Amino acid sequence: MSGHESSYTPNTGFEKWLDKRLPIIRFANDTAITFPTPKNLNYWYTFGGILAVCLVVQILTGVILAMHYEPNVNGAFASVERIMRDVPFGWLLRYIHSNGASMFFFAVYIHMFRGLYYGSYKAPREVLWILGCVIFLLMIATAFLGYMLPWGQMSYHGANVITSLFGAIPLIGESLQTWILGGPSIGNQTLQRFFSLHYLLPFMIAAVVILHVWALHVPGNNNPTGVEVQDVEKDTVPFHPYYTVKDAFAIVLYLMLFAAFVFYAPNALGHADQAIEANPLVTPAHIVPEWYMLPFYAILRAITFDLGPIPAKLLGVIFMFAAIAILFVLPWLDTSKVKSMRYRPVARQFFFGFVVVCLLLGWCGAKAPDAAVIPALQGDKILVVSYTENGQEATSEYKGGGEAYLDAKRFMASLPEDASPSLAAVAPPTFQFAQLSLILTICYFGYFFMLFFIGLTEKTKELPESINKSVLKRHKASTATAVPAE
Amino acid sequence: MTDQTAHSHDDAVDEDRRNFIHIATGAVAFGGAACFAIAAVDQWNPAADTRAASALDVDISKVPLGSEIRVLIGGKPFFIRHRTPAEIAAAEAVNVSTLRDPETDDERLRPMQDGKLNRAILITSGACTHLGCVPVGPAQGNVGEYGGWYCPCHGSQYDTSGRIRKGPAPTNLPIPNYTYVSDSVVNISL
Repeated sequence: MSGHESSYTPNTGFEKWLDKRLPIIRFANDTAITFPTPKNLNYWYTFGGILAVCLVVQILTGVILAMHYEPNVNGAFASVERIMRDVPFGWLLRYIHSNGASMFFFAVYIHMFRGLYYGSYKAPREVLWILGCVIFLLMIATAFLGYMLPWGQMSYHGANVITSLFGAIPLIGESLQTWILGGPSIGNQTLQRFFSLHYLLPFMIAAVVILHVWALHVPGNNNPTGVEVQDVEKDTVPFHPYYTVKDAFAIVLYLMLFAAFVFYAPNALGHADQAIEANPLVTPAHIVPEWYMLPFYAILRAITFDLGPIPAKLLGVIFMFAAIAILFVLPWLDTSKVKSMRYRPVARQFFFGFVVVCLLLGWCGAKAPDAAVIPALQGDKILVVSYTENGQEATSEYKGGGEAYLDAKRFMASLPEDASPSLAAVAPPTFQFAQLSLILTICYFGYFFMLFFIGLTEKTKELPESINKSVLKRHKASTATAVPAE
Repeated sequence: MTDQTAHSHDDAVDEDRRNFIHIATGAVAFGGAACFAIAAVDQWNPAADTRAASALDVDISKVPLGSEIRVLIGGKPFFIRHRTPAEIAAAEAVNVSTLRDPETDDERLRPMQDGKLNRAILITSGACTHLGCVPVGPAQGNVGEYGGWYCPCHGSQYDTSGRIRKGPAPTNLPIPNYTYVSDSVVNISL
């Protein structure tokens, strides 16, 4: 905590000289060596360190890739292929960078769920939480911009879908979209500005990370009990060596997972359409964003109805952005004074439900909206004959196998000539992903509103008196019964 | 002397003069920043060469009957479809009041130089009004339930007049600005 007294004593003459001019060693010592950290942090708390490593990996590999990449519609795709085939170790650097984005988001989602579970967004850590949300927003923007650079089919058409969202904004939408694209459609000018911003934003992320760590070091870490540090001697241990070692161990494990993707399944998280150069005239049959955007994509598509004067398209955009915006106000939505879900039996169940909802939304985002959620429950297709009768449209349905086809054909032949009949096989109505997405979207937002009401009524479990007491109690319980603690 | 200097220094603090200097300095800095912001924002708008490439003459006599050609103007796709008599009849038979975006087929055509409508040729934007995907049509072997176009992204269905009939798209495929230069050439502009 920032309140803790500096324990640094400059030893050498140079250190004394430097300490008077730029106390950088003192700062590093107080921040990363002696910083008092709650002694009960579990492995969920190592993801902050893992994320710092992810950011460094992305910036290092990204700067190198930019030395070989050509931000031009005529050369972009080929230059990426050249990196993969001709540049020494280019394949490795690019696979680290492309999989690194996935590893970055995987870690950030765990980091965020950890914050949600242990109530790390509550006073006095609201600013810390909001800065984290800003980093998340910047990460989404950076990942979106970067995905366009290889100039593959999914790059082009994915960017087309997302930039057209801005066109849904009333009055200014169309000119805003033209301004973002720099022309009537995505072109060379768009690719160049996206490249420039993709290079810029990671450094803005790094800057906000510095603020994030600063805001962490003012109140100090939250911990799994959610009880604040009362006695620095009893409740905390110095960051080094206790958490440098714990973080380093977790980082090594995470890098093993990272390496497994890079070396054994480098394209497992990618999309085959990215291996085809962008073609504005051919839209891929199924446009999907990268996996880490899928839940938000599902929310965007879940809204298919107009609400008063707001058209469905705009409403989907509003809900998608609201899904992120609601995180910013979460500290004031959750009314409970108790931070950790360990002591909130009701809210805890809702939290696990929320995690499942997020995963299911991701599943919905990956599927076509009109596909059946459970294909086995959808019956055979129905043959529908459409025709005109006395100027009115009419239809006639036929169910069953080959006989239905013959019946339909016979009926079509029996119609008068001006009926212009047509035959189509239509899938019978069933529970579709669009409907599941809508239910899940309601659940997603419902979680945050439930936190408001649960906090007012929930009977929480008794909190431990201090971090130290809680650790001792858990330790005793585990040795007495030989059952590992939760 | 020193006493007097200190005294006169106190007197010399004229708040109005200080405020004026603060406001004037701030105004110059803000003005400079605002001027730069105009340039920094406006440079993202379409450049002159981009705007210049926003019209195209298209020969419609080569479009096969019952099919279409697709052209890119300024990177935007457009459909030029040669409709069969059955497709024209289907487009005209629709009860307009039942449509999401009510437009008659005639309203979606532009007159030739002699003032008559060329009902065989339909020219529309090739971007789905939902999220800008390019729908598939007769050349791709899928015209959807209403015989026009089908958007594979989110399932919007368009009829043979390019009107939205089913799916999430809010409006019909827009008709671009175009004029008949001759009976067989149209000029399409953005």
